[in-house]
Amino acid sequence: MKKVRIGAGQGFWGDSPYPALDVVKYGDIKYLCCDALAELTLAILQKQRRRDPDKGYVWDVIPLLQMVLPICREKGIKVLTNAGGINPAGAARDVMKLARQMGLQGLKIAVVTGDDILPRIAELQGQGISLDHMETGEKLSSIAERILFANVYLGARPIVWALETGADVVITGRTADPAQFLAPLVFELGWGWEDWDKLAAGIVLGHLMECSAQSTGGNFSGDWWNIPGMERMGYPVAEVAENGDAILTKPEGTGGRVDVETVKEQLLYEVHDPGAYYTPDVIADFTSVRLQDLGADRVFISGIKGKPKPPALKVSIGYSDGYLGEGNIRYCWPDALTKARKAEEIIRKQLAMTGFPYEEIITEYIGYNSLTGPLAWEPGDDLNEVGLRIAVRTKNKSDAARLPRYFPPLALNGPPAASGAGGVAKPRELIALWPALLPREVVESQLRITIEEVK
Amino acid sequence: MKVLLKELAHARSGDKGDTVNIGLFPYRPEDYDLLKREVTSRRVKEHFQGLVRGEVIRYELPNIHAFNFVLKQALNGGASRSLRSDNLGKCFGAAILRMEINIDN
Repeated sequence: MKKVRIGAGQGFWGDSPYPALDVVKYGDIKYLCCDALAELTLAILQKQRRRDPDKGYVWDVIPLLQMVLPICREKGIKVLTNAGGINPAGAARDVMKLARQMGLQGLKIAVVTGDDILPRIAELQGQGISLDHMETGEKLSSIAERILFANVYLGARPIVWALETGADVVITGRTADPAQFLAPLVFELGWGWEDWDKLAAGIVLGHLMECSAQSTGGNFSGDWWNIPGMERMGYPVAEVAENGDAILTKPEGTGGRVDVETVKEQLLYEVHDPGAYYTPDVIADFTSVRLQDLGADRVFISGIKGKPKPPALKVSIGYSDGYLGEGNIRYCWPDALTKARKAEEIIRKQLAMTGFPYEEIITEYIGYNSLTGPLAWEPGDDLNEVGLRIAVRTKNKSDAARLPRYFPPLALNGPPAASGAGGVAKPRELIALWPALLPREVVESQLRITIEEVK
Repeated sequence: MKVLLKELAHARSGDKGDTVNIGLFPYRPEDYDLLKREVTSRRVKEHFQGLVRGEVIRYELPNIHAFNFVLKQALNGGASRSLRSDNLGKCFGAAILRMEINIDN
């Protein structure tokens, strides 16, 4: 039976590039697949593009490619990444420049565009496509003035088209996270676009690989203390057969652990209804997945069922929703928590006295409840230190910037033994997401593949 | 007798918009039915009171001995909109392990 091996090179913007090097060197793979985009990422990229229209892509694609391309070329490994973010053409231009500098003549770089529908919103609404909020049903007009980006989740098809043109590097913008992984399987194993079970198998595998070390022992909540080599984790590598069965593993000699337990945690990561995991290419049924330990960091994955692809695609629309301002101060034992509470009371009184305009305010005590809020237990023992963090949402950036200035005076005017009062955090724009559905044809008819060879 | 869920299972959480999901995995397959009885969507909703404003839905995956909990309106508006330190909901998986489970039949 025909087989292909693919490897993961990135799980998010900011991930370590060294494991990608291990995957291309020791993974015996034909494709390096990288997922650079979280939901949050587009919001950050949008801010960068607003400052500089050449930006807006995940810039660490450049150092990553610089590191892996020489080996990829030697071994004939193709690289697929959605690091294009909200500016795939800009990413392709800079990757082209890099490849030229590296002397990689003949390398073919493809870029997929068409996921960005920001310039088309009025046109689409004119066609009767409402783009109402898919969960609450609210009208888009309620946020129309504040929209910052609008990107549709694309599937594996345009990536497969790019591979068919002979591309060595394929750069896309917003794709469904597993699309980069499904595409080479369709291309290499000759899967049809209605082979629902096989497509679903590719999606499950892509889902298991898209968050890099999260299926090989990273962020593992079981016996995490027994996971070896976290300083150089092995990113997932899969051997996939024509019928969709796969073995998930990692390069030999790398850190981490691949077993049914570490794989399970990733299987349900960011999943809603596991019986119907929606992607642009297929609806996958995670309740059909069978996982089997083969030992030596190998897990066999089989049995996956799929249902026909949905008629609609999802668009993620980001809109400006005010500004975050925050202030911090830390207090030392004795009575650290009591001091921090007193400081909170003082700040809140001063905010009221000065008529500080906020839409929302939260208080967190670092060392006690900053990560789980009301679920934290009141600490029994006297804590060594406690940090107070107050965060507000304001309409204006200037108001958000003023909040931290209430904190330094506490050092001399408030409870004793404070530190960190001098650090003033910058305000940050808050971006809310607006998910909506639209008919796939209006997007798919506008997809473009542009391929360029390094001269 | 009551034990913390931490003794019986591991968990991972993630975000999508203002929704958090938690995958819950008993260490021993034979505890699947116990958790099915004890860790109901109603109890999880109660446990996350103050943090989660919307409904809690439980999905069952007997094929891998796991449960998936979907918690709506759970992230103060979603990762890039939230004022919280844990804006990505990464700690919800840890937080569910604080539930007390009655292990008597």
